[in-house]
Amino acid sequence: MSTYNKEQVAHLAAGTLDWDTTFRMLSMPKDKARFGMYVEALQAKVTFPDRIVLPLGPHLYIVQSAKNKQWIVKCDCGHEFCGYKENWKLFANIYVRDTPEAMADVYPALMAPDTKWQVYREYYCPSCGTMHDVEAPTPWYPVIHDFEPDIETFYKEWVGLPVPERAA
Amino acid sequence: MNMLSNTETGFADLLKNGQTLSQFRAGIMERTAATGCYNGLETLELRERDPIGYEKLFSKLRGGLVHARETAKKIAASPIVEQEGELCFTLYNAVGDCVLTSTGIIIHVGTMGAAIKYMIENNWEANPGIAPGDMFTNNDCAIGNVHPCDIATIVPIFHDGRLIGWVGGVTHVIDTGAVTPGSMSTGQTSRFGDGYMITCRKTGVNDTPLRDWLHESQRSVRTPKYWILDEKTRIAGCHMIRELVEEVIAADGIEAYEKFAYEVIEEGRRGLMMRIKDMTIPGVYRKVAFVDVPYAHEDIGVSSKFAKLDSIMHSPCKMTIKENGKWRLDFEGASRWGWHTFNAHQVAFTSGIWVMMCQTLVPTQRINDGAYYATEFHLPKGAWCNPDDRRTGHAYAWHFLVSGWSALWRGLSQAYFSRGYLEEVNAGNANTSNWLQGGGINQDGEIHAVNSFEASSCGTGACAVKDGLNHAAAIWNPEGDMGDIEIWEMAEPLLYLGRNVKANSGGYGKYRGGCGFETLRMVWNSQDWSMFFMGNGYMNSDWGLMGGYPSATGYRFEAHNTGLERRIANGEAIPLGADLDPGLNIYEQSIDATSLVKRDKQCMTTEDCYANHDLYLNYLRGGPGFGDPLDRDVKSIEKDLNELFLLPEFAAKVYAAVVTQNAKGVYTVDAAKTAARRAEFRKERIARSVPTREWMKEERARIINKHASTPVQHMFATSFALSEKFKNEFKTFWSLPADWDVLETELGVPSYGSKFRMDLSLMPDVRTIVQVEE
Repeated sequence: MSTYNKEQVAHLAAGTLDWDTTFRMLSMPKDKARFGMYVEALQAKVTFPDRIVLPLGPHLYIVQSAKNKQWIVKCDCGHEFCGYKENWKLFANIYVRDTPEAMADVYPALMAPDTKWQVYREYYCPSCGTMHDVEAPTPWYPVIHDFEPDIETFYKEWVGLPVPERAA
Repeated sequence: MNMLSNTETGFADLLKNGQTLSQFRAGIMERTAATGCYNGLETLELRERDPIGYEKLFSKLRGGLVHARETAKKIAASPIVEQEGELCFTLYNAVGDCVLTSTGIIIHVGTMGAAIKYMIENNWEANPGIAPGDMFTNNDCAIGNVHPCDIATIVPIFHDGRLIGWVGGVTHVIDTGAVTPGSMSTGQTSRFGDGYMITCRKTGVNDTPLRDWLHESQRSVRTPKYWILDEKTRIAGCHMIRELVEEVIAADGIEAYEKFAYEVIEEGRRGLMMRIKDMTIPGVYRKVAFVDVPYAHEDIGVSSKFAKLDSIMHSPCKMTIKENGKWRLDFEGASRWGWHTFNAHQVAFTSGIWVMMCQTLVPTQRINDGAYYATEFHLPKGAWCNPDDRRTGHAYAWHFLVSGWSALWRGLSQAYFSRGYLEEVNAGNANTSNWLQGGGINQDGEIHAVNSFEASSCGTGACAVKDGLNHAAAIWNPEGDMGDIEIWEMAEPLLYLGRNVKANSGGYGKYRGGCGFETLRMVWNSQDWSMFFMGNGYMNSDWGLMGGYPSATGYRFEAHNTGLERRIANGEAIPLGADLDPGLNIYEQSIDATSLVKRDKQCMTTEDCYANHDLYLNYLRGGPGFGDPLDRDVKSIEKDLNELFLLPEFAAKVYAAVVTQNAKGVYTVDAAKTAARRAEFRKERIARSVPTREWMKEERARIINKHASTPVQHMFATSFALSEKFKNEFKTFWSLPADWDVLETELGVPSYGSKFRMDLSLMPDVRTIVQVEE
């Protein structure tokens, strides 16, 4: 197994890691220590005091609230969406591209979906306007709850780390 | 006491242990169920006792499989096999479980295994008999094959008169004698038009193909020359591997070989669970994918009126990764099979995902049936991925499979991202189309069919640390290769007028999806020529990831009565190169104004007439993007603009880039102005959006009022009819009244197959193999 240092993992998270190391990461067995270093690198970048429990996206995290130890979904601008078991998209802002005109802002003529068949749902942070996700379902489709991680098992059983405290 | 002999009872005793193959297989399945370990192998005795010997066995067999594939493919004349590498050889143990496989289209790990199991469970050992030197041929999609053009040759392996295993070889042939030409045609609506169908037929004895088979098979397809060379390829590879096994047994002993042939499967099972624990996060992941099925259009010329409707394939995937590293893939809610050629047998699904997984979760040489035993599949009976009717067509099952699996990329990539393995993240895969297919009399004056495998080089999905690869790969073949123009022009009466990267085809994002490409083909020196299109048009089958956009959808361009013969003779302008912006109709400016042009979203058509000098645009799709496009590095945008991968209009509209162009046409993106513009852009997003729960109230009203297009409603109606659970979850999410429903009967479209269906298992004397929870 290859091992990497904190600086290399921080570069990976920032998208600035050299290709040789990236290629080694791709081709060699995975390094179990990665998760801890990754979270540490992300924690150093965010401006909020809450502890990152699990990254969900480039700007979205499950964090342990510094105020009350509850686990919540949070944008890196500081906006708090909801409890970690809920679907954060239901607490976001949405913009639906459901007309040819709205699709024409994204694709050249003939290269966008027909909105009678498919729409785009863009989910934004209500505070900073970051686009956290784009769904591309049919009309009527329920908002998808993408991911319900089993964080306790992951920390305790899979990576051997203490589970961050969680208030009910 | 008088006793019947084995010959009289039909008992072949191929295993020399007094058991039929079916009884022996049942024992393995029982021991697997009882212990959770393949064949009850809780310890890997050979591997633990002699790990180096075990690895040497592995290396000899795996190396021999790859060598056989590389050697045998040189026999083939078909560019699909010889150029694209659409072949694969696999070694099985006596019950048809895969021991090891070669490189190539390794989806067939399971499909040929399913054919062997079908022979086992339907007593092939008694009739037609299984003997040394036999050859069996299969392409039957009702028992596990992906599509009829994947022809498998299966050879039993004996040692001292005892059956110890099988070897299978598969090639993707150019034509199967279906209603319309090309290996994956669209003109049929059921199995009965899907082409020549062979059910585990004994086609050779004493290592020699039978003459009735040779005569019948070659005249059953349009391309006999390619067909017979493909067959020779498969036979040669199988026989090379059989000899390899005999050499290994001579060197290492039969006991070691047989122990290996079972232990390596258990090792594969443990290996997948270990990799899941090493790379992912336990929990529940939900993703979904769709494919448009636009069959109501006038350019779909099928013979069955009941197939003339627009619908949508629905593939919801609930992926549960368990504490012990086992995982469950649940497709509850999938839509019903249909009257087209995109249906997939359950084995095509369960076996096929390994061709994808070997590119992400298990990028090792140890691909075998062990991974199957580490996975729970739930494929609802009656769904497109597990049809419950023996009439279904399968010629282009990949159309739905490729799209259904894009959801798996996104689920796994969520896990990789959250765990910090950013280098493994892949936003998904392209809808691997268009498929240029057709046939007629070619430039050599022969009856011919074509299927351009340029689709093996679509754009790949974006990663979390880099853009996707341009025109590089297809999910169904990890060794994708677009092929040389010169070879395609030899194989097809179609000259190249352009081969260019397709601008804006990759999904936008912090890292964009890989761009696809487009080739402009001119029909040349053919007679009675026909072609058709096959791809996605009205919908995307992939999504972006974490703020990235899906790739662009398809469109079609074809032109007839172009005047190009005269224009070329006179040295006038002709269309060359890229269709850079499809809205500008640039090709039309270099053909006669009286040309018949079709430039639209109907990317699924049936066989249409093409004269020499007609045009056909083959547009191969891009991959989806990753992350918010506003995070994209301005230098990357600049590079895309200058390489014509991105139109300036969308640099501004999607990336909020402030772009200038100098007198030489070189684009520059102003970083400071772009940063300021992006701040405004974020505010504009907030201004134009609403809280999700507010929007849901409007959408709920549209649902209650049945305000949606017919294909959307048809999709939900078929999913609801198959799954009360999915319907209830849908109604609960939208808080719909108890009596709300959508039925096919209320949509005013044909509903053949909605009520009356007959499964293959209901036919007399047929035992089907069920390998999933239904």
